[in-house]
This record gives sequence, structure tokens and C-alpha cells, in this order.
Amino acid sequence: MVDLRIKIGELKLKNPVMVASGAFGYAEEFKDFMNLKELGAIVTKTITLKPRQGNPAPRTCETPAGMLNSIGLENPGLEVFIREKLPLLLKIGPPIIVSIASESGPEEFVELARKVDKIKEIAAIELNISCPNIRGKPLLISQDPKATYGVVRGVRRVTSKTLITKLSPNVTFIADIAKATEAAGTDAVSLINTITAMSIDVKTRKPKIASLTGGLSGPAIRPVAVRMVWEVNQKIKIPIIGMGGIMDTPSAVEFIIAGATAISVGTANFINPRVSIEIIKGIKKYLQENNINSINELIGSIRC
Amino acid sequence: MLQIKVKILYNKKIKVNYFHLVLRIPKIAKDSLPGQFFNIKVSDTCEPLLRRPLSIHRVKGTNIEFLYEVVGRATQILSQRRPGEYLDVIGPLGNGFNLTPNTYNLTPILVAGGIGVAPLLFLADKLAYSVERRAYRKNKKFKLSAKRYPLNALVLIGAKSTGQVLRKKEFKALGCEVKIATDDASEGFKGKVTELLKNILPLAISHKPLAIYACGPRPMLKEIIRISKKYNIPTQVSLEEHMACGIGACLGCVMNTKEGFKRVCKEGPVFNGDEIIWVGKEEVG
Repeated sequence: MVDLRIKIGELKLKNPVMVASGAFGYAEEFKDFMNLKELGAIVTKTITLKPRQGNPAPRTCETPAGMLNSIGLENPGLEVFIREKLPLLLKIGPPIIVSIASESGPEEFVELARKVDKIKEIAAIELNISCPNIRGKPLLISQDPKATYGVVRGVRRVTSKTLITKLSPNVTFIADIAKATEAAGTDAVSLINTITAMSIDVKTRKPKIASLTGGLSGPAIRPVAVRMVWEVNQKIKIPIIGMGGIMDTPSAVEFIIAGATAISVGTANFINPRVSIEIIKGIKKYLQENNINSINELIGSIRC
Repeated sequence: MLQIKVKILYNKKIKVNYFHLVLRIPKIAKDSLPGQFFNIKVSDTCEPLLRRPLSIHRVKGTNIEFLYEVVGRATQILSQRRPGEYLDVIGPLGNGFNLTPNTYNLTPILVAGGIGVAPLLFLADKLAYSVERRAYRKNKKFKLSAKRYPLNALVLIGAKSTGQVLRKKEFKALGCEVKIATDDASEGFKGKVTELLKNILPLAISHKPLAIYACGPRPMLKEIIRISKKYNIPTQVSLEEHMACGIGACLGCVMNTKEGFKRVCKEGPVFNGDEIIWVGKEEVG
């Protein structure tokens, strides 16, 4: 029997397969397709303090082996989330990781974290400091090591929950940002968020999504994500949750070999809603076939 | 709602770029409603990545039929899939047309633009079946399904040219009166189907209370809603939309409504005409 259990901060997961923020709704959308209980963890759609309507349509378009999205963090706000969405999420069973984002400054991150910290059933917090689809913000927090350090430090002071910081790939040296989050006290980093991108309709000469640019996801970005996980893994000691174009077992295993302790399935949920369950079974089989007793032996086992 | 691999029974061109696809989907066929759709993976590869939503064209026993237009790479690939091969489908999805007991007191007008015919044939079929059941309840001598009881509906079909007019025969077989509008005057009324609607409404409304059901390009739906509002005719429109997940998770396919954004794949694709707010880019379709 192979051991799939992993640990991220204080958080113990029965297997390393999570579903990524924004790509799994509030889980209820997927209940007809799979046994949600089997998931390692569920990361919620990003929640802001106040309700957000999100960006105008069209919000998505398909690109070669990928897709662009600019949803703009549409969510009902923390209060409604806690009242209407969270009880159902908690009933499912796997740890619930709540993704949060600030619409203003770092103070809102701290306020959100303080409120989420009070709910003991919530397993962990993921700081989304890397959403590319918020208008009027020239620089993402996760594009600046100092700003990143500041936000993570501020949040760390107000919560004892496991803290995960989600990083943007739209930077020159992602390892520098990862190091800043580690120094500020995050328990883990998740990477990558989407890559800023654009697609134009040549007939109308108009951008295909209303926000002009959006975030690229899907298998098209996987090699970029794997490279970043590998790079970051050499510079930090805390666990990495790897994501970006994971479509099946081989692509999930690729991230683990590169250095990810856990992986997150995003865009693939849209195409095959039960893919994360298939990946859990697939990883187990991969370990058995390769005579590996524990997933922990596979993490960062790249040969180069 | 199921995710299931199903067999292709039939997949052939019927006209120009229009294809007729028949899938065997037992279990869920009988639960499908007019206006609902299936999200179909056209190949096993990452290219194209996303599924394609196709509205249900007709249900016959355990078979679900689709009518689609080849508009891009994904539909091109779908058109080359052969009977006996399998497709991964998710469905039925979406809300479907809202048919209440009161619906049957209104004379339906179905307005289709181009491939917008697809969900309306299933709707006509369902309406005709209900009319039949009601006739049967009133008069037991009327033999159920011995002969189709005529559906007293008016169907307006808009197309570029006569070669692109779809499903005229099938609507007539249900007893519907069918009127055609073509851009090039090759058949029926010369001009837009919305102008044809505008022409026939004053007389039609003086006879009976009406209900309009429409599917087609957004500018057409917008115009139909504007016209129907003037006459106070309840109107339901089925929107065509690009989708990522089709199951309400990604929040990609939203439509502006009086109650804020609604997901076309979940709260739609059928909307009441008076709830839609047309803004910005949505206006140009």
C-alpha cells in the first residue's frame, strides 16, 4: 500500500491532489460527477471583503491548448460566503482552503485573514496576491518582493492557520518573490497563477475578451509552471503547491518530480470534471509501478 | 446531468455547413428539455481544449439529435467524426424553456435565425406533444399518437438564402405554419426575420394571445425583444454563447440581467426577454 499523505504547514492531506481556486466554483457544481470526499483539499473561489460583480463579458476565450479568462474575482463577498457557501463546503469532508484577495491595500488582506482565522473549521488560507484581472492596478503585489513581504507578514501576524501564498508567473525572478514570502512567514507557496496574455479576433480586430487582456491557463502554460516550480524549489524550504495546465496523471507527477509537495487541478476541471479523482488513482498506480512507498520520496526527485 | 461516453449513430451534412448529429444517450434522453444543451468534447486531444455546447435539436426514444453549423476548428473536427466512434458528452445542461400550464393557452410564435433553428424544433415537438395530451384528456376517442395532433404554431425562419433554410419540412409535419425570410429574397419574405415578425404581429395579436420563443444571433434577439415589448408578448430567448465549463463553475459565460450577472450555462441559456440588459460589447453580438 502506497502512502499518499503529505503535510503543508500544520495541514495534513490524505493525498496531494487539490482543486485550484476559481476552477472549481464552490464545489457544489461538481457533486454530480464525482465523490468530492476523495479530494486532498478544496481551494475556494477567491473571496473579497465586499461582493464583487466581476468583469464584463466576454470573459473567456479559447487559445492554442489553453484558454484566457478575465472573470475579475466575481464573488458574493466574505459575509455571504460564510453564510451561504461555506456550510456546504465544510459538509463535504476534505480540508477547505479559503482563497482571499484585497480590492484595496494590504489592510484588507489583514482584515479578511483576521475574520477567516476566527472560523475554526477552515483549514487554511490562500493569499491571492497574483490575480491579473483587477483593473486599475499597474502592479500586482506578487510582482514586488517588498510588497509581497509586507502583505504576508501582516497576515501572518493575525492568523495561526496554515498560510499559503499564491504567486504570479508574470515576474522576472519568481524565486525572489518566493523567498520574500518564506521570510515573511508563509507556510507554503502555490504557483503558478495565470500568465497575462491577449488574443485578438482578426476579422473584427477586437480583443476576444472584454477586459482586453486576461490570464492564460491550460496545458499551454505547463512547461512554464514546471520550470518555475523547479526554480523555486531550489531556493526555499517550505512546500510548493504546483499548478498550471495539469490535465492528467503524467502532468501531475511532472510537477511533483520538479519539487511540488502537492498539486492543484485548474482548467482541466472544465473539460473533465472528474479528472482530479482520476489523478489521485493515477498517482497511486504510478508509485506502485515504480516501487515507491511514499509520495514524499517522489517530491523533488528530478534527476539532472 | 451526466458525463458519459456515447456512440455516434449518425453524423452527416444536411445543407451547406449544417450537420445533423445523432447520439445514443439512454437514461437521460427522456429527461432532456427543449432549450437545454450538451457540452461535447470533439476530440481526445488538448486541441481544441474546451468542450463545445450544442443545444438539443430533437429527442427520439434514447437518441438525442443535434443540429450544428461548422464555424471553426472544433466543429470542423466534429463534422469528421464517424458513426460507431464515441464522444465524451456532459448533459443535459442549462434551464430550458419555461413551459407552464398557462403556456398552452398562448399561441406560440417560434423565431429562428440561422442555426437558431436547432433548439426550436425540439420545443415545437414538446409543445405539439402537450397539445396532443390535452386533446386526449378532453376526448378519449382521439387516438394518442395515431396521427399527430396539429400544433397551432407559427414558425418564422430567417436565413441568408434559400439553401440555408433549415427544418421547414419538420415544422410543417408538426402542423406549424412556416414562414421564411431570406436576405437575398431567394425564398419567402425579402429581408430580416425580425422585419417579417414586425409585419405579421399586428394581425396575429388581434386573433389570439401569443408567446414568442426565439433563438439566433444577439442583434436578432435584441430586436425581437424590442418588438415583443411593444405588444406585451411574453418572450423567451435562447442565447448562443462561448463557454468554458458549461456547468456553472468558471463564471465565464455571464449575461447582464436586471438581477445582475447570470450564467448562460446555468441560469440560462433561455432568458425572459424582459430580464436581459443589453450593454456594451454584448450589443454587437
